[in-house]
Amino acid sequence: MDYSSSNLLVQMFEWLTFGPNWSGPEGIPVRVVEHLGYTALTILIAAAVAVPIGLLVGHTGRGRIFIVSGVGILRALPTLGVLILFVLLAGLGLMPPIWALVLLAVPPILAGVYAGISSVNPAVVDAARSMGMSELQVLFRVELPNGLQVILGGFRAAVLQVVATAAVVAFINLGGLGVFLIEGTQLRDNGRLFGGAVVIAVVAIAVDGVMALLQRFAVSPGLRTSRIPVEPSKTGGQEAHASSQGGTT
Amino acid sequence: MITTSTRNFRRGLLGLTGLTAALAMTACGVNSDPQGGTESEGAEGASGPVTVGSADFPESQILAEIYAGALNAAGIEADTQLNIGSREIYFQALVDGSVDVIPDYSGNLLLFLDSAATAESAEDIVTALPEALEAETPDMNLGILEPAEAENKDAMVVTAATAEEYGLTSIEDMAEVCDELVIGAPSTFTERAYGLPGLEENYGCVPKSFEAINDGGGAVTLEALLNDTIQAADIYTTTPSIADNDLVVLEDPANNFIAQQVIPLVNLDTVGEDAQAVLNEVSSMLTTDDLIALNREVSGDEKRNPADAAADWLEEKGLAG
Repeated sequence: MDYSSSNLLVQMFEWLTFGPNWSGPEGIPVRVVEHLGYTALTILIAAAVAVPIGLLVGHTGRGRIFIVSGVGILRALPTLGVLILFVLLAGLGLMPPIWALVLLAVPPILAGVYAGISSVNPAVVDAARSMGMSELQVLFRVELPNGLQVILGGFRAAVLQVVATAAVVAFINLGGLGVFLIEGTQLRDNGRLFGGAVVIAVVAIAVDGVMALLQRFAVSPGLRTSRIPVEPSKTGGQEAHASSQGGTT
Repeated sequence: MITTSTRNFRRGLLGLTGLTAALAMTACGVNSDPQGGTESEGAEGASGPVTVGSADFPESQILAEIYAGALNAAGIEADTQLNIGSREIYFQALVDGSVDVIPDYSGNLLLFLDSAATAESAEDIVTALPEALEAETPDMNLGILEPAEAENKDAMVVTAATAEEYGLTSIEDMAEVCDELVIGAPSTFTERAYGLPGLEENYGCVPKSFEAINDGGGAVTLEALLNDTIQAADIYTTTPSIADNDLVVLEDPANNFIAQQVIPLVNLDTVGEDAQAVLNEVSSMLTTDDLIALNREVSGDEKRNPADAAADWLEEKGLAG
């Protein structure tokens, strides 16, 4: 498409408002769906890996060193480099890039689950045990609901990171919103490049907004109100929440 | 070609350095140019100090080092400004006088100057270039010198096994079995004139499918080709991996990929006839095989400094003085 100006913002606006860019198999809506699809698949796999480990370590308190160091190492990995490595090892296809994104999503989820479970007031846990609850009942009926706020915070951070980073899958032929960045760079089409970046940013903010709502409404209302008078529980939860948020963003 | 290629993830960084360098040079260009006041006098017999620039990829840096080395060996003072950036940026550096010589590629230079240009063969492109330069920069005395035989362009590359299986030596042969082949190339291959539109128009070749691999014909493309995920790939002709893996570069009788000879792009006001003669001498000796060998030294496992690789080449060709 031809732009009426050499101004970057004008080009970006024209690209974003150019009708044909919004239709067809390579249009923006299809790319958004692809992008969100890769994000969802990544988060599902990462959750399947990270949630059980986080629950186990949070409940037993064993292996905390493993979590802290493992999470740190994973966070230091450059996603694009890992993606290229996996593609070289396993060939073109859907899963190598997805695994690279999973490595990005595991740390915040793992940290969130671990922090959420271990931040539950020990008095509450002891009370549950003294009522005769089994360890599994303690975990799923007491610790999990009480730590849910923090756990969802970890998920929220993971989703935001993956949505923002999933553009790398366009390095090979998977599409997604990264296509606009790569094509825009190769063709020196700045409207496409920056328009694509804006779409990714908008999608990321929208998804984060949905996650924020989910976080607010998924936590039991009874739990929220009961936290106000119970001073120790509130403090413990808030601290863990803050540290989880600080570490994952 | 390489400058318009897909080294996206590196380009971000290099582009930034290149831009900074270009800005820095722009800032000091006016005062530091000893020839600043003599532009209207035209080419002199002897040259003052000459600055050789380069684009932001290794091959261009090697070529710039070769030009500078040959000039210095011939007694003409020359220094280098490497890694300036993409063509848009280094052409501007040439226009504002920050650099006097740039190694460029004939076809892409022509398309940069005149996006509607239709010249395809090496000769036609070199013939069309002076006029295009004049039209783009009427106030400047920019020119091209003799092109080298050395060429670096996109090409359809297949494995020896695929070539044998289908009896392929040219893209014409490939066209007959196109619907059985998967082509791998950067994303923009689907819209570029030499890409899928060109293959269809020039050869009637519509591949079975297209796999985007945005590494500029690098390791991932090679791996996909070798394990037969893709059967044909867009790889630059001076890439060492072609020879290293016995890949076959398909001939292109219809000039789908237009000629891209290495050619010195110079400011004729500051590059005198003595310097022009030296650069023409370099062009006359530079072959595509030389480029492949030089790329292997610099970008391969050896990781040699471009200046050292260039010095060895000059020594080998008897241009080291």
